Amino acid sequence: MAEKKSGAQIVWESLLREGVEVVFGLPGGATLPIYDALAKYEYPIRHVLVTHEQGAAHMADGYGRATGRVGVCMATSGPGATNLTTGLATAYMDSSPVVAITGQVPTSLLGRDGFQEADIHGVTMTITKHNYLVTDVRALAQVIKEAFYIARTGRPGPVLIDICKDVQQAETEYVYPDEVNLPGYRPTLTAADPDAISRAAHLLNLAERPIILAGHGVIIANAEDELIHLAEKAHIPVATSLLGIGAIPQTHPLSIGWGGMHGEAFTNYALQESDVMLVVGARLDDRLTGAFSTFAPKARIIHLDLDPAELGKNLRIDIPLVGDAKLTLRELIPLVEPNQHTSWMEQIAEWKRDTDRRDLLAQETDDLVPPFIVRQLWHLTDGGNCIVVTDVGQHQMWEAQYFLHVKRRGLFTSGGLGTMGFALPAAIGVQLGRPNETVWVIAGDGGFQMTMGELSTVAKEGLPLKIAIFNNGYLGMVRQWQDVFYNKRYASTALYNPDFVKIADAYGIPATRVTDRAGVATAIRQAQAHNGPFLIDFRVEPFTNVYPMVAPGKSNADMIRRPLPAEVEEE
Amino acid sequence: MKHTIIAWMEDKPGVLSRVAGLFRRRNFNIESLTVGHSETPGISRMTFVVDGDDRQIYQVQAQLFKLINVTAIEDVTHEPTVIRELALIKVRADNTNRAEIIQLVDIYRANIVDVDVDSLIIQIAGSQERIDSLVKLLSNFGILEMVRTGQVAMVRGGNTRPPVRHNGVS
Ligand SMILES: Cc1ncc(C[n+]2csc(CCOP(=O)(O)OP(=O)(O)O)c2C)c(N)n1
Ligand SMILES: [Mg+2]
Repeated sequence: MAEKKSGAQIVWESLLREGVEVVFGLPGGATLPIYDALAKYEYPIRHVLVTHEQGAAHMADGYGRATGRVGVCMATSGPGATNLTTGLATAYMDSSPVVAITGQVPTSLLGRDGFQEADIHGVTMTITKHNYLVTDVRALAQVIKEAFYIARTGRPGPVLIDICKDVQQAETEYVYPDEVNLPGYRPTLTAADPDAISRAAHLLNLAERPIILAGHGVIIANAEDELIHLAEKAHIPVATSLLGIGAIPQTHPLSIGWGGMHGEAFTNYALQESDVMLVVGARLDDRLTGAFSTFAPKARIIHLDLDPAELGKNLRIDIPLVGDAKLTLRELIPLVEPNQHTSWMEQIAEWKRDTDRRDLLAQETDDLVPPFIVRQLWHLTDGGNCIVVTDVGQHQMWEAQYFLHVKRRGLFTSGGLGTMGFALPAAIGVQLGRPNETVWVIAGDGGFQMTMGELSTVAKEGLPLKIAIFNNGYLGMVRQWQDVFYNKRYASTALYNPDFVKIADAYGIPATRVTDRAGVATAIRQAQAHNGPFLIDFRVEPFTNVYPMVAPGKSNADMIRRPLPAEVEEE
Repeated sequence: MKHTIIAWMEDKPGVLSRVAGLFRRRNFNIESLTVGHSETPGISRMTFVVDGDDRQIYQVQAQLFKLINVTAIEDVTHEPTVIRELALIKVRADNTNRAEIIQLVDIYRANIVDVDVDSLIIQIAGSQERIDSLVKLLSNFGILEMVRTGQVAMVRGGNTRPPVRHNGVS
């Protein structure tokens, strides 16, 4: 007969069985038994105390994205659990493997609106891949087993387990199950249908202006090698979505940037003009496509995804492929013919030259504009040899445009939900998952303030994060939209900022301020040389806009471009 | 076009909320929905009618299938099916018109399941159209209360529909 264990012990022992090394959380009344078991039995799991549970969820998400393993966060009932929701929704939108464990009021009080009861099971139903409410300790081990299995298999996502307090205290014989029993869950683990693959190959072989659009799914499936092999063999340029950045090194001759509302103009032209498009592991959301009906009007679209619900959700697809990206690309490669698309590549190069002529950095100004900082950072990290975690806003777009990502799993950002406040906590998770790499945080002054309490976590855990704040005094991206579409009425977008250097100092984190181009390299070097966390407050030019820009509901063909320098002079 | 779809799901807490939440969140146009036990213990069977174009009909199935507790889905719109609905209708009835109502009930092969001095409860099981038509006629007498279950469907013939299937969406 197996040994009897309390629910609280079962939680930790099961986490150990799942290989969990770190848990991000903050305790409360409804998780006291779980926390007590950690102290009492000294389980070899690092618990990172956070300042706000939103941070814990972002940390688990960052850890999950950076490692491909499940990130774990923990919160108490009621407000603790509801604080997790922004992070869970973020992880859900970007398909990140997370398990969230919450305490709940005792079963005897369920449904009676007792102190700190919130129906987190109901609340998170549509922002998790699956969730559980555990009211019987005998079900707990099986639920944890299933939660981890669901979170990491197929299309990854967050799973929440809500555990009543009396369940944590109750005892049962503990056996960690070897198998899951999920008759309704059948993740796609195989290659797509061979007939469909050969039809896709046929289409690609006939194409004159083929293009591959690579998304986050390529990275999640570790299918980068196959993607590059396919592209090289058939000489097909590769564009990516924002979250697909890094699927192909951005210095590769076939890499043609990323597309969308603030993507690269030449990438958007290439997508629009293509005649056959192979989409791999991208959701084709509106930020990428512009108005659905206007996207890539000349293209026959082949869409490969492991989630059947993504096929045809937003666009009409000519050849849907339901399959694992890596396995399917492996089958596809032998069927595509070696090819040369020289004139198509030349056309794209011409669009790229036009983009370069309009480059902000080609303009004669000494202003400290964010792209300048991003480029400097790229050079000073030996050509992008670091991980970057960005927040949401203008700085996020500039980072994506100006930092040439060459490292695999080297950029983490909130794409689907666009969650301000993501960067700092997510970077904590990333750093803990990838302890030997340099992690740079790039955040706006607005978003940074949403979760900057986690500086305490950075300092406490001694994490050597390098933090760059692009301080423009505005909720910059919103200000830009007000500039372009609302006649420069800057309603509630000017910020009242603290002195970020002093803030860092208050946590014992060294920091410096940069106000002109001359100071940029010195500060970056100083941050890199420092053996620990370091913060730089970059006072950037406030009114620079991100281009291109696609108005909502418009076609990517109708991008608003940055004017050519000659046109600027004529004005 | 309207489609009749059957979904099998594990009888677990919250599963109905999940399905209802999904219909709401994804803006599917559900016209009727019923759920009850299937022949397999632990598996519930839902019949729903949804209106939409091909994309929406595919989406509703693909999205439902993503729910961990949903074990099988089948669109039976183009299959030979038996589709039935049950209604209880309470009508005003007294000595002057009771006979007339009873006659109608006979014609429609419905049943009278409760009689009171000034009312009757009529039970009818049948296709939606047949029930609609009886309701229309009874409304002349004054319908006091009505409840309709929504449609349930079953494909004709000896082939059984396994409530747990491994080939995903049909
Ligand atoms: C939590 C949240 N609230 C609001 C928004 C809307 N929003 C998108 S970008 C942005 C401005 C971000 O400002 P800042 O962090 O300073 O970055 P900047 O654009 O100036 O680089 C806002 C408010 C959001 N994405 N997330
Ligand atoms: Mg700002």
